[in-house]
Amino acid sequence: MTVQAAIVSPKRVGPAGELSDSLWRNPRFLLLLLLTPPLLWLGVIYLGSLFALLAQSFFSIDEFSGLINREPTLKTYRELFVPANLDILIRTVSMAAMVTIAAAAVAFPVAYFAARYATGRWKAVFYLGIMLPLWSSYLVKVYAWKLILAKEGILNWLVGKLHLTWLLDAYLQAPLIGGNSLSVSYTGTFLVFLYVWLPFMILPVQASLERVPASLIEASGDLGAAPGQTLRHVLLPLALPGIVAGSIFTFSLTLGDYIIPQIIGSSRLFIGQAVYAHQGTAGNIPLAAAFTVVPVLIMGIYLYAAKRLGAFDAL
Amino acid sequence: MRSDRQNRAPMGLKIAAAAGLLFLHLPILLIFVYAFTTEEKSYQWPPPGYTIKWLGVTWNRPDVWESLALSVKVAAISTLIAIVLGTLCAAAVSRWRFFGREAISLLVILPIALPGIITGIALRSAFNLADIPFSTWTIVLGHATFCIVVVYNNAVARFRRLSTSLIEASMDLGADGFQTFRYIVLPNLATALLAGGMLAFALSFDEVIVTTFTAGHQATLPIWMLEELVRPRQRPVTNVVAMVVVLVTFLPILAAYYLTRDGDQIGGHGK
Repeated sequence: MTVQAAIVSPKRVGPAGELSDSLWRNPRFLLLLLLTPPLLWLGVIYLGSLFALLAQSFFSIDEFSGLINREPTLKTYRELFVPANLDILIRTVSMAAMVTIAAAAVAFPVAYFAARYATGRWKAVFYLGIMLPLWSSYLVKVYAWKLILAKEGILNWLVGKLHLTWLLDAYLQAPLIGGNSLSVSYTGTFLVFLYVWLPFMILPVQASLERVPASLIEASGDLGAAPGQTLRHVLLPLALPGIVAGSIFTFSLTLGDYIIPQIIGSSRLFIGQAVYAHQGTAGNIPLAAAFTVVPVLIMGIYLYAAKRLGAFDAL
Repeated sequence: MRSDRQNRAPMGLKIAAAAGLLFLHLPILLIFVYAFTTEEKSYQWPPPGYTIKWLGVTWNRPDVWESLALSVKVAAISTLIAIVLGTLCAAAVSRWRFFGREAISLLVILPIALPGIITGIALRSAFNLADIPFSTWTIVLGHATFCIVVVYNNAVARFRRLSTSLIEASMDLGADGFQTFRYIVLPNLATALLAGGMLAFALSFDEVIVTTFTAGHQATLPIWMLEELVRPRQRPVTNVVAMVVVLVTFLPILAAYYLTRDGDQIGGHGK
């Protein structure tokens, strides 16, 4: 070996050096080495248990013995369409839709103000004002609403002070949205869902509005559009990917939640509660698995549609 | 050229934005008031009186300490696993283009894109099928699964900014792969991993839905709170724990904000 060659490619010394050299020469082997641990974890453990669960939805339960019959059948899926179960599906999906629409409506002004008008100190206030509720404990937030909506709580106290008790009572008399008190009504459940998932909507909407140049809004005004028209024809279309991105969270999280309706709401079940009940005391894993297929399917379609709308760029 | 009038927000927008922020914060502020109430049996408002007695009572409750210790332990181990797996994944995805690359980014996101109850019940039935008894490790297994994505997201973003010429320069100057990783890649990656790790820790510390399925008889702090919510035993203690949890989660978020704030300004995020 000549001296020159030794300078151009000095040989690494020691086992670490040799290993390093051989990895450099075989990038495919290095790639394999990098990917194996995460793929083992996510691909084998996580996807494995997911598919095992889905497979169990094709089993059925013997009504007499309560044992699981491991022959593939669609019987369990037919059970999903029994009126009682269908009600659960419709209830959950419409709640998710309502929460998503309301979250978009409440989030938009906050996101728009933060994106366009807030500067300096106010920018920081808005940033922290959204991040702190987003990251504070989910259960604490639910607990706070239990305090607010309690019969002896602050909301009823406030309504009483304003002499509006009659209005609240009239509202609670209404079918479907009413109930004995706010904390056992769909309205209560809805408010808590809206509160807990709202930051997940604000952030992507704000991200999409940040990208709208101020000159575009001014141009719209210069061309004679009223503020309402600018909102309708310029801002909303540009914010739509952000709204769709946020709705992925609000929709998916509402579909799968079983704690909020259990703590604040009427005793009528949501998908999550049905899954929990069927896998727990009832021991009917096949039906529980079939129930979980519904949100998976809905979210699959939703994600596909969202991707086509370009919502992932707003994340 | 902009006129002043256009730079000022319309009144309606101001009110709506302020109302939105108040809606987000008033409920949390309420927690702080309730932690000091003298009322024990109900959620009466306004509180009949104020006391700091319950801080002491909570301090002396062994079950609160036990669940807190378990939560911290689980969150720490899950975060470590997530940092290792998330970084490996991010390194592979950002350095090479290979078959199934898109599928991997989808696979990483899946545990948080799907409702938590699905991850929970899938893991639980898998544990049952495989006859694995519930333990701290089954909780960690569930938590690490959905923590990987936050580390991964942070690491991928940083790898994208890390120029390959830097790595090549290090190699040209005679460093081997491990030295390059130790002295070039890791220092560049450190703050992203720190941020990702903090978020992963917070995510795990607060998780309740997956945990209810993978925990067996052990109680993490969220499980403890959930039990108190469903069947209240001593409401004032729950109030105090809720307040402490809020304070504990606020501090890292504030810290993360002040740590990353300067970088954002240099990056030209200001308007």
